[in-house]
Amino acid sequence: MYSPKRSDLVSSFLLFTLLTMLSGCAPQDDRIKIGQFASITGKEATFGISCSNGVKMAIDEANAAGGVLGKQIDLITLDDQTKAGEAATVVTKLINQEKVVAVLGEVASSRTLAAKPIAQQNKIPLLTPASTNATVTEGADYVFRICFIDPFQGTAMAKFTATTLQKKKAAILKDVKSDYSIGLSEAFTKKFKELGGEILEEQAFSSGDKDFKAQLTSIKAKNPEVIFLPAYYTEVALIARQAKELGINVPIVGGDGWDSPVLIETAGDALEGCYFSNHVSVNDTTPVVKNFVDKYKQLFGTVPDAMGVLGYDAGKIIVEAIKESKTGKPEDIRNALAGIKNFPGVTGSITIDENRNANKPLVVLQIKGSGFVPVESVMP
Amino acid sequence: MNEFLQQVINGLSLGSVYALIALGYTMVYGVLKFINFAHGDVYMLGAYSGFYLGPMLQRAMPNNPVIAFIITLIASMIICAAIGVTVERLAYKPLRNAPRLTVLITAIGVSLLFEYGGQLVFGATPRSFPQIIPSVNVISQPLVISNHQLIILGTAIFLMLLLNFIVLKTKLGTAIRAVSYNVQAASLMGINTNVVISFTFALGSALAAAAGVLFSLNYPSIDPLMGILPGLKAFVAAVLGGIGNIAGALVGSFILGLVETFVVGYLSPTYRDAIAFAILILILLFKPSGILGKREIEKV
Repeated sequence: MYSPKRSDLVSSFLLFTLLTMLSGCAPQDDRIKIGQFASITGKEATFGISCSNGVKMAIDEANAAGGVLGKQIDLITLDDQTKAGEAATVVTKLINQEKVVAVLGEVASSRTLAAKPIAQQNKIPLLTPASTNATVTEGADYVFRICFIDPFQGTAMAKFTATTLQKKKAAILKDVKSDYSIGLSEAFTKKFKELGGEILEEQAFSSGDKDFKAQLTSIKAKNPEVIFLPAYYTEVALIARQAKELGINVPIVGGDGWDSPVLIETAGDALEGCYFSNHVSVNDTTPVVKNFVDKYKQLFGTVPDAMGVLGYDAGKIIVEAIKESKTGKPEDIRNALAGIKNFPGVTGSITIDENRNANKPLVVLQIKGSGFVPVESVMP
Repeated sequence: MNEFLQQVINGLSLGSVYALIALGYTMVYGVLKFINFAHGDVYMLGAYSGFYLGPMLQRAMPNNPVIAFIITLIASMIICAAIGVTVERLAYKPLRNAPRLTVLITAIGVSLLFEYGGQLVFGATPRSFPQIIPSVNVISQPLVISNHQLIILGTAIFLMLLLNFIVLKTKLGTAIRAVSYNVQAASLMGINTNVVISFTFALGSALAAAAGVLFSLNYPSIDPLMGILPGLKAFVAAVLGGIGNIAGALVGSFILGLVETFVVGYLSPTYRDAIAFAILILILLFKPSGILGKREIEKV
């Protein structure tokens, strides 16, 4: 039998190393690499998929129009499986191995927060389409977002509940594992009390739970007029069902985490007439929204949710920032992002403020049948 | 008072789901003295069997939801029994004489295979389980009890009685008990231990599948990782009641379900899992044989 000599092994090892190095050093100067991390699989997969569809659509459009700075853009999308730990891993990989000049990502605040120190340390701009937790951009001058923040969303929903709905006695059910949910319920509580409202009961759960009857029974015993439920769609649907089973018939109010077609599929008619705040209404008839929705439908076969729209806007803005940077270097892209003003996005006019957040209106939607109907628009 | 009683009902209905999973754990442990960590994932596979079979049967018999559901339940149990036996043959049987730790680690491997293989095959997105029997409140004043809760509780008790009958009254059950007492002696008496062990796995996996389908009917959101936490909780329940003891699994599950519900309802939901696992540690420290288990001297 042939047995390899040591010298054979050494030389093949050297050859292998050489090949790897060569392929690593191959000139890539004619292309610009942008990284994206998203929850393509896992519990919040519909968010990640529609967001990355939107991003892809924007990048493809830019490439079709001749690219940016005379170069084509390579979009590298990695899946974080809806896990914060995995988000840190894939972002490290995007920055250190793929050498991207900018990172787009995550919808969920918890996972953008996991990526924030990595992007900041490596001085790579990180642009999140939809992470609304207030702390996401705090103290990190390389982290930006193009959406409103939770204090605004929570405040707006408190105002809506207290003045439009005229409900003054609320119960809150929040997800203690989610920065998004905690941030929203704090902002809601503060504004709601200011407006003369009362929080009768505050209950909590952990994302991934399936049984909420214990919490809901406690809430029911206090007889609230409205329930504020800042959570993601998987749990919202189950909570709404169980609330209905327990005979709780008050309106439920929530945030942009509700926005998914799966919400109504799982909840059935349990959420009929309930309200949530969102970035955009895809039923909007303005030409810019309608054109986008039509094109998205044509490409991906479904109506986009708000995450798809935000992903598209984020893609457009990163392309714009690369163009404005003139050099395509991470530092210059960061400076260009900080200077974005009145960018005509599908979700409205986007201006990045000095805290690297976007100032934008939100829209309150009501669930009717299998669709979301806009009720009112709230300015910041 | 009503709130308290409602919490008791919530706790019992949660406990009956744990009971169905815990019964399977206990069966396998009783015979092989080994914790089948893939059990929670068989539960997940049961839920997915129901997810695919349910709508088919609903279409086949639109006027008989109850019969459609029973057929879905039994078919899922058969599918998972087959999966359980296959896993035992491929993964555990070659290790029959290996140290117990080896088998335990293999079980963890099988569990991970199902969880992440499941993400590949079914997709990781949570799916909406079909409402084969729509949820109706049987009683709604002053306490709320839904038909789903009654179905779960009833099935758990029925399957426990059936299991007790099989183990105590049938010839195969006698063989199971003989193998659980001493495998070598049983095989010397002419018992085909391989058949007995396969049968045990089939029974345990069928119970897990039933739990999966029933649970998903009540909480209609399923995903490939759904088995992890209920699997662990059912394990705690089985140890609490006395692992290897069928009635113990039921008692332990109801206690765990009630404790969890009360912790969530009256203390804080944050402590729920912590307290569940603290119970496991306390039981292992002070009464390792569990509430209904017998103290057993380890044979060396």
